[in-house]
Amino acid sequence: MRPRLRVVRAAARKGRAKLADVQNDSHTTEGQNTDGQTTDRSQQIAWMLAVRDQRDRDSFARLFGFYAPRIKGMLMRSGMPAAAAEDVVQDVMLAVWHKAAQFDPARSQVSGWIYKIARNRQIDIARKAQRPLPEPVETETPPEADPGHLVAFQEEAGQLKDALSRLSPEQRDLIVRAYIGDLTHREIQTETGLPMGTIKSRIRLGLDRLRHELKDLRS
Amino acid sequence: MSAIAHHIPEQMIAGYVSGTLPPAFEMVVAAHVSMCDACRAALEAHETLAGALLEATTQEQPIENDLLSRVMDRLDAPAAPAPQVRRMDIYPGPVAAALDHKPPRWRAAGGGVRQQILFEDGKGSVRLLYIPGGMAVPDHGHRGTELTMVLSGAFHDETGQFGVGDVEVADESLEHTPTADAGEPCICLAATDARLRFNSILPRLAQPFLRI
Repeated sequence: MRPRLRVVRAAARKGRAKLADVQNDSHTTEGQNTDGQTTDRSQQIAWMLAVRDQRDRDSFARLFGFYAPRIKGMLMRSGMPAAAAEDVVQDVMLAVWHKAAQFDPARSQVSGWIYKIARNRQIDIARKAQRPLPEPVETETPPEADPGHLVAFQEEAGQLKDALSRLSPEQRDLIVRAYIGDLTHREIQTETGLPMGTIKSRIRLGLDRLRHELKDLRS
Repeated sequence: MSAIAHHIPEQMIAGYVSGTLPPAFEMVVAAHVSMCDACRAALEAHETLAGALLEATTQEQPIENDLLSRVMDRLDAPAAPAPQVRRMDIYPGPVAAALDHKPPRWRAAGGGVRQQILFEDGKGSVRLLYIPGGMAVPDHGHRGTELTMVLSGAFHDETGQFGVGDVEVADESLEHTPTADAGEPCICLAATDARLRFNSILPRLAQPFLRI
């Protein structure tokens, strides 16, 4: 956690913006973990990078503490019994450990990355078949540090969370049900000529558009 | 490669991320995203939104005390090898995976058109179509929504021109005659889902008047 956070900060300092700006700005969204401690997104990134780069078990346990009850909640919303849901939570958290090298904080939030792993696993189990998955983008493993994009992306994601938190309970509930509700209802450069940075900018554009759609919902 | 002009509608991208899209359509989304940076970015944006909701959820479920230690005990055990999603020739990774990384086994589908069904579940299907150059696709009677993605060659119809990577979204109200461009054959990935068709007779009757 802490040692790695310094590395993130140092990396961010090399970029144009500071991670501290992201940490301390008014957009920081906090969640409660099971110990009653708060966890903000830069702390989660620090845990995830410690898992990825140092194979740090203590950080993994903290991610488990935060996400295991949430994943279990999501699974049970689709009608999965508690015991089966815990088996899936176990699969998902083991996948977080084993796939950590793919995590890129300049493209993903820890929460979105874990959501994807959990939803894919849930669907595979429901269908008893492997879900069609897109080809991965060819990158370094772990992905090359990209401080400029990291800060800008995390900031954009924070603003999206802000927009979410300003929705009415009814509107928010609709979106929650859509995404975590019941289920039952470098190669790229040669392929398309687009550098990785462009893709990252477009993810942010997509987030920006989603945020404005959320805003429009309120008006 | 010419630029992709026809993309996956954002609603379907959101449906893929949330897991509510029929499996046949998931194949087309995954194939298109494998080739289209714009749609990949949209997909990752929706994943970020979904993650934010998971993070902020109030519907947590308590975890049994020993689950963490059981998971920690297993961290060093070797992981099952993850399936490789790799492109094969003209076939994007998810299609190549459905083909088991072997060339398609084409079957005659009439009018010189050949096909191989990749997946069918009674509610929908996804197949590869091989259309000789200059040939029109015979009426294949889609009653729901149909997604057609070009993997090789090109086709055109009343709505426009579709090249490699492009996806045409056709609902049952669209009357069209897709025709492969002259020259090389056009190989497409085509998914249909009957579930999306109107179930009640009333909206079906009203459809031509309301243009919905």
